[in-house]
Amino acid sequence: MAEKKRLKDLSFWQKIYIPEIINGLGITLSNMFKPSFTMEYPEVKFEPPASYRGRPVLALEENGEERCVACGLCSRVCPALAIEVQAGETDREKERYPEKFEINMLRCIFCGFCEEVCPEEAIIMSKDYELAFTNREDAIYGKEKLFVPVSQLQDRIQFLRERK
Amino acid sequence: MSSFILDGKQIEFKQGQTIIQAAADHGIDIPHFCWHPSLSISGNCRVCLVEVERMPKLVIACSTLAAEGMVVHTNSEKTLAARNAVMEFILINHPLDCPICDEAGECKLQDYAYQHSVGESRFTEEKMHKDKRVELGPHVMFDGERCISCSRCIRFCDEIAGEPQLTFVQRGDRVTIVTYPGKELDNPYSLNVTDICPVGALTNRDFRFKARVWDMSSTKSVCSGCARGCNTDIWVRSNEILRLTPRHNEEVNSYWMCDEGRLNTFKHVNSESRVSGPQIKRDGKLNKSNWDEAYAAAFGELKSYTKDEIAFIGSAASTCEDNYILAKFAKTVIGAKHIDFPRHIKAGDQDNILIREDKTPNALGAELAGIRPAADGLTFHAIMKAVDEGRIKALYVVEEDLVGLNPAYKETLRKLELLIVHASNYNETTELANIIFPAATYAEKNGTWVNFQGRIQRIRPAVTTIEGDRSLDNLAMSRLDKFGTEFDRWGNVKKMDARPVWKIISGLANTQSGKFRYSTSEDVFNELVKSVPDFSGLDYDVIGEKGAALKKFVNTKTV
Ligand code: SF4
Ligand code: SF4
Ligand code: SF4
Ligand code: SF4
Repeated sequence: MAEKKRLKDLSFWQKIYIPEIINGLGITLSNMFKPSFTMEYPEVKFEPPASYRGRPVLALEENGEERCVACGLCSRVCPALAIEVQAGETDREKERYPEKFEINMLRCIFCGFCEEVCPEEAIIMSKDYELAFTNREDAIYGKEKLFVPVSQLQDRIQFLRERK
Repeated sequence: MSSFILDGKQIEFKQGQTIIQAAADHGIDIPHFCWHPSLSISGNCRVCLVEVERMPKLVIACSTLAAEGMVVHTNSEKTLAARNAVMEFILINHPLDCPICDEAGECKLQDYAYQHSVGESRFTEEKMHKDKRVELGPHVMFDGERCISCSRCIRFCDEIAGEPQLTFVQRGDRVTIVTYPGKELDNPYSLNVTDICPVGALTNRDFRFKARVWDMSSTKSVCSGCARGCNTDIWVRSNEILRLTPRHNEEVNSYWMCDEGRLNTFKHVNSESRVSGPQIKRDGKLNKSNWDEAYAAAFGELKSYTKDEIAFIGSAASTCEDNYILAKFAKTVIGAKHIDFPRHIKAGDQDNILIREDKTPNALGAELAGIRPAADGLTFHAIMKAVDEGRIKALYVVEEDLVGLNPAYKETLRKLELLIVHASNYNETTELANIIFPAATYAEKNGTWVNFQGRIQRIRPAVTTIEGDRSLDNLAMSRLDKFGTEFDRWGNVKKMDARPVWKIISGLANTQSGKFRYSTSEDVFNELVKSVPDFSGLDYDVIGEKGAALKKFVNTKTV
């Protein structure tokens, strides 16, 4: 059987390794003086850009009103069936509000479809990526965890308006 | 028969039919808002404009009579342009608030906007504002902005319900619907306007915002409210019934049903008062037991009386199958001769539209299936009298709340030594029972009912019990049912531990003989057909979705 030819045969200097090791150390050394990209999470937190899709949250207006009108479109479009909405009636002009709004974070795949379909700009992908829970029940986020003042979401809303 | 050409297809028609009717008879749907097959022609929405060769202008298909040799185009360039213009016109003042509108998902305007409109509006001015959330009556809510002035609701009240209650006021873009001064939309059929309203202008106050239509499954069933047996669809989400809507059947209820039937025949199915699991009374307290124990207990108790001391009460709310098995058990296993069922006649509560005096769905079927006293047996009232006098000591009651029927029976039933009851919900009769078998409701089982016309119709399970499984039992499934798991709050649904009457009584009989071998209600029905000549020639497929007339009644004329 003919001996297989390697793609690239090493030269003599490469074969003895020493110069290559020195080369490698050189690269390491030069990187020590370049800006660093790693961070000491969790002491240092990563602040994602506006394009980032963290957990979906619901926008709460300045006056404390819920933006969501419980149309159920996010729930319908969600490919993972993560969202459950139960509508109720209010006296406000927009008749409907979410009596119950739950997102199962074990189901959510952070696709952002819910955000895209929402006619009220009410469900927004936040920058929150810290999602840890120890049982299935805790993974279901109710209204108390979902509503976030709209001021904290300006970044993303701006991004959406530019890109949509 | 004469014929005309519709989009290159030959369509036969009867003299006097309009283009839209003839097309509909051939399964071709020409877009329309204001036309309804059961109402007079109004011709105001203009969406059904079609091109007819040799006619100078487009014509509306709903009021133009079909004529021999006519050549009609529903998809020509001219028709499409006209349809699109009409859609743009109708949408000018429409609020486009689909996200908060209950009709979304089953809205004609929404569907047509997708199918027949270019999706752009050139209207930049402020839209008309009108009254929203107007309570037109006890059951119906009106949204003036969504109304497209098709007048279907007005025509329904005038022509079908026979009570003119609605009218247009104002003109042009200010036109809106009101009730006549001093009147409400409160006729017994008022909720039908919510079905025929092509948009979300009229909504059912009982169902408002409860669910999106795409989250529910629908199951073809029959209303249990009276002997008419209106065909219905049962709408279910997470194993809970949320609404009933009428299902078209020209022989029985056309497109309609009454408000009473629509609103008050399903709430007990989801109610907190359901009986779940067999209950046996010990030391004056009901205890949950398992099925086998309850069967053995009930059978043992029944056997300790002579057959003259036992009476059976069937029900016109149970299916033919249930009543057949009950009669078979009573007559062949126990040898009882006192067997009958109470009538629920509400004298005078009847009209010549749909509503019947007899408030049970299956009085005819119960009788035909064998719930009638033997030659020397007692009828219902005589049975109750005999209980009162202590001659009957054991009573077996199936799906009847006797105390609810007549409060005086409370004292009567107290005199019994043994009272066995099948009940879906706790009631005043179950309070007195020694053994309660939890009964599956009409929405949880298969079976048949015979309405007052002698028409046999099928009911199907829309809600599943603890022993059931939506997919294995072939129940209608919504998206949520298909993909839900027990770990989803909405998938972890409430299910009752209840069984249909035929199954319970078979179980009871089998503790001794093992001869009641049926695995489905269809098995029971097939045996019923063999043993009762009135049902001959029938099976579940023959009955199908629209029912079938029992031979005996085929030529009986009924309104
Ligand atoms: S991000 Fe995607 S998966 Fe998550 S809730 Fe929204 S639609 Fe569902
Ligand atoms: S799509 Fe938007 S408005 Fe509709 S239910 Fe979801 S969050 Fe609420
Ligand atoms: S309320 Fe509905 S049915 Fe009545 S005229 Fe308006 S759109 Fe037509
Ligand atoms: S008329 Fe009778 S069967 Fe029809 S909906 Fe009313 S109660 Fe039910």
